[in-house]
Amino acid sequence: MTGNSAVGEAAIRAGCQGYFGYPITPQNELTEYMAAHLSRRRGCSFVQAESEIAAINMVYGASLAGVRAMTSSSSPGISLKQEGISYLAACELPAVIVNMSRGGPGLGSISAAQSDYFQATRGGGHGDYRCIVLAPSSVQELADLTHRAFDLADRYQIPVIILGDGMLGQMMEPVEFKHEAPEEPPVRSNALRGAKGRPSRIIKTFTSKPTELEELNWSLFRRYQLIKKEETTCETFLVEDAELIVVAFGIAARIAKGAIKNARTAGLRVGMLRPVTLWPFPAEAVREFAKRTKYFLVFEMNMGQMVEDVRLALEGKGEVFFYGRPGGVIPTPSEVLRVISRHYYQEGLR
Amino acid sequence: MKKVYSRPKSLKRNHFHYCPGCGHSIIHRVMTELIDEMDLQDKAIGIPPPGCSVFAYHYFDVDMAESAHGRGAAVATGIKRAYPEAIVFTYQGDGDLAAIGTAETIHAANRGEKITAIFINNAVYGMTGGQMAPTTLSDQKTTTTPYGRDVKLEGYPIRMSEILALLKGAVYIERTAVNSPTNIRRTKKAIRKAFQSQIDNLGFSLVEILSPCPTNWRMNPLESWQWIDKEMTREFPLGVIKDITGEKNAD
Ligand SMILES: Cc1ncc(C[n+]2csc(CCOP(=O)(O)OP(=O)(O)O)c2C)c(N)n1
Ligand code: SF4
Repeated sequence: MTGNSAVGEAAIRAGCQGYFGYPITPQNELTEYMAAHLSRRRGCSFVQAESEIAAINMVYGASLAGVRAMTSSSSPGISLKQEGISYLAACELPAVIVNMSRGGPGLGSISAAQSDYFQATRGGGHGDYRCIVLAPSSVQELADLTHRAFDLADRYQIPVIILGDGMLGQMMEPVEFKHEAPEEPPVRSNALRGAKGRPSRIIKTFTSKPTELEELNWSLFRRYQLIKKEETTCETFLVEDAELIVVAFGIAARIAKGAIKNARTAGLRVGMLRPVTLWPFPAEAVREFAKRTKYFLVFEMNMGQMVEDVRLALEGKGEVFFYGRPGGVIPTPSEVLRVISRHYYQEGLR
Repeated sequence: MKKVYSRPKSLKRNHFHYCPGCGHSIIHRVMTELIDEMDLQDKAIGIPPPGCSVFAYHYFDVDMAESAHGRGAAVATGIKRAYPEAIVFTYQGDGDLAAIGTAETIHAANRGEKITAIFINNAVYGMTGGQMAPTTLSDQKTTTTPYGRDVKLEGYPIRMSEILALLKGAVYIERTAVNSPTNIRRTKKAIRKAFQSQIDNLGFSLVEILSPCPTNWRMNPLESWQWIDKEMTREFPLGVIKDITGEKNAD
């Protein structure tokens, strides 16, 4: 199954009842999967919207009405969704947003890239907010994290972004789904469904009192602290004796893994830390490693974005190297191996 | 003694923040009367816009949610698709519906979304201080057309209702005004028809209401009522623009 279809199937099994999208390569298979499979389910709706702006606002509407809702797009379309994501965050509404990102800036290329890391992890739209950002690196993980995304969105009443890329979305791998679609997906308890047997509800942020908005921001940030504490996740690979730690996410981590395996065969003690949640970033894990080794190589398919989070986490304690390829160029494991070896020998590691 | 007039049940006990003579408060009143009469208070979900009516939820005692500027029709689509039992209405200004939200509005109408748009045409951007709206009349002075709207440079006042009437998904479109007791009664009748077409699941409905903005028109309330009759209705004639509710079957 392709990564894009796996997200669709996992979303349906997670009880997603509303999908709203607009075509853009390389994620069209996901929109098409939902058109074929979600639209036929009782109580579910699929809309091919007139734009990404409309699509995210339909998600906002469906979320207001209390159902699990999602949209997907790729980089240029995700830029257009930022207005809606800001409103979702402000109104504390759950939603899942998939970005099968591609090369930028501008119309860019349709090939896989990771240049939307800043946009995803810093909020992306206007205002002081965060989204949980999940970064899968295989089709199986795309499926698993899709399910987790819906759960996290509901638990913390927050938009969750799945940051994939064009390669993950389009590659085929076997995938196992761990859940059956619920018969009767639950409706969120604070949904807008008409004021029947209760006082009317208002969902809004606009206020003429700055202190009211300040309190909203504080309450969001208290929740963000909780998310940092409870939900930060990362994967490690061959780190026990590692002298050099490669930090990479998503498809880049997959490429790095290949390089690291070969480095190990050549006798280099190299390991990897792969953030699964990009926000919250596993800063604590990075700091832990700094107690054992000094050397970090950050590898990204961009000009250096996550590397800033690694440096922030290390607080000057380690040596951070960076290797990046932007614009939709997909580096090979042997290219990454050369970079690993160069730094390894330059620093005189053994 | 017989009570002939009282506050609608679905109108909250708050003082309107609108300027004296503003059409918004009249329209709120008419709509909440209808919500009571049609027994919609526990089914209605309203989407007010950024604009002078951004605080509409202080007055309507029904479920309401804020929309981003112009996105009301898309938000309403999401709600209605997720919960078709609701009676969903947007409440939008002319800047909101006919400029920044043109695409959302046209496509919601074209899909025949079972929602109702209440479209307040006051020929200016009220909330932001009286700038040109897409519906500003030719030669009309606003803060961004200080010498009058020059249609050669700024385009023509847009007749959104007529444009929407071309779309097959739109079943009921009427233009009314709130500048006289008669017109207010007609407005109420039009909104009743629009809500009814939604209850009957027929398609997209919209009522455009010519509404005075004495503040930004730099007029007193009486002059602004007269200006609607003398100037606005020439560009925006009142009446039913489209009604195919009799021909359509619920689907
Ligand atoms: C994206 C965005 N752009 C601009 C604004 C500022 N803004 C708020 S209301 C408004 C227009 C109000 O005019 P109209 O829709 O005609 O409603 P009125 O105030 O006249 O009732 C504008 C431009 C905004 N809130 N969001
Ligand atoms: S500025 Fe105009 S539209 Fe806004 S409240 Fe005042 S009169 Fe009404």
